[in-house]
Amino acid sequence: MCLGLPGKVVEVRPDGVAIVEYSGGLRSEADARTVDNVKPGDVVIVHAGIIISVIDEEEAKRQLEFLEEFISDLERKAEQLLP
Amino acid sequence: MAFNGTDRIVKAIHETAALLEEKGYDNIKIMDFCGTHEHTIVWNGLRSLMPENVELVAGPGCPVCVTPAFYVDQAIKLALEGVRVYTYGDMYHLPGSARPGSGEPRSLSEAKALGGEVVVVYSLLEAIKHARENTGDSVFIAVGFETTAPSTASAVVNNRLPQNLKILNVHRLTPPIMRYTFEKHRENPIRGVIAPGHVSTIVGARAWKFIPEEYGIPTVVAGFEAYDVLIAILLILRMLYKNKPGLVNEYSRAVSWEGNRAAQKLLEDCCEVNDALWRGLGYVPASGLAFREKYKWADAAVEYGIKEPTPEEWTYDLPPGCRCAEVTLGLAKPTDCPLFLKVCTPGTPYGPCMVSVEGACSVWARFGEGGVAEKLARELGL
Repeated sequence: MCLGLPGKVVEVRPDGVAIVEYSGGLRSEADARTVDNVKPGDVVIVHAGIIISVIDEEEAKRQLEFLEEFISDLERKAEQLLP
Repeated sequence: MAFNGTDRIVKAIHETAALLEEKGYDNIKIMDFCGTHEHTIVWNGLRSLMPENVELVAGPGCPVCVTPAFYVDQAIKLALEGVRVYTYGDMYHLPGSARPGSGEPRSLSEAKALGGEVVVVYSLLEAIKHARENTGDSVFIAVGFETTAPSTASAVVNNRLPQNLKILNVHRLTPPIMRYTFEKHRENPIRGVIAPGHVSTIVGARAWKFIPEEYGIPTVVAGFEAYDVLIAILLILRMLYKNKPGLVNEYSRAVSWEGNRAAQKLLEDCCEVNDALWRGLGYVPASGLAFREKYKWADAAVEYGIKEPTPEEWTYDLPPGCRCAEVTLGLAKPTDCPLFLKVCTPGTPYGPCMVSVEGACSVWARFGEGGVAEKLARELGL
């Protein structure tokens, strides 16, 4: 039910409804009043016809770096435990 | 963008689980609270990758499954009385309280077959558009957790509803049902929580602070890729190992600590929290949303005199033999139910958890979880 689809905002109309383009080129309307400061070009998550979140692409990159570091650190620790 | 190296996460999970085994953790129950997480787990076969002492349990993560039969009955009644009913596709086949073979329509799809006007929509915006273009009174059944509720709130507060469209508000909140679930698992406690990612986009990661603080359960807000869920499991196990239950936001690309302020403001303006009915469970305190007085004009319950049964009037609303209530709370697996894939199948659902594509029974049945795929393969001689 809480399935969210990522898409790119093409336009935000004056009535607060955005046109969002999804992978494959499908475009549809989504309520943009459910989120602050959304603008064309933003990557957003759409659920049941509303924008629930604007993706922070910088944060996504940072998170992947964190994951890499976290796993490598665990691997190093595991190696130290080996006889 | 994705993390390449899920095998390394799985390896680290096994290593940490082995350390926990030495500490006496022989059954670590980790619960997800979102049908989409359960889908990720089953679709990617994550249960089969878990160490023996780690058990992934599906919790209450499907709002359709917990929508009381009472509201389905009301919607069916409205449809048969000539009111156009808009519904999400997930609700279309959801059974009400009529028994199979009773001759009474069990679901909105059966009401439609009897001549009722039922329109399946993807969103409330679609229903609004349709209601503007078509005369006649209509009702939209608004189900869903905090993720979906802002769509209702925005339409009402921003005055998007046409005169001929009212809303039957059946929204439900997740933190209260989490508390309810933890209590039910007291004897064999839940050791980790994968918090619902898209609910968290709205309520913020901070909404789950109470889980480690009050219940001592490590909690991770997770995204929906396989690696997101695996890393959540690993983080939970690491917190258990270090004996430091905390709250981690793994889905930080979409979820902030504070959450979506615009949506929170809309919800706050539109609705107040009330005690609400959950299917098969009864009343759960402070777990529902009701329109505030100033927005009662949008309320289908007011327009059509629909009065929710009181706790005394409420009767158990699952069909006989159906174990959906236990499945919803993670107290039983879908495969524990004697009806699962016998009389209750995705094609002919008997209970609510088999109806919604996010219901645990439906996910398990369609993607072969709990040994279903192995059994089928054996039967087919594969």
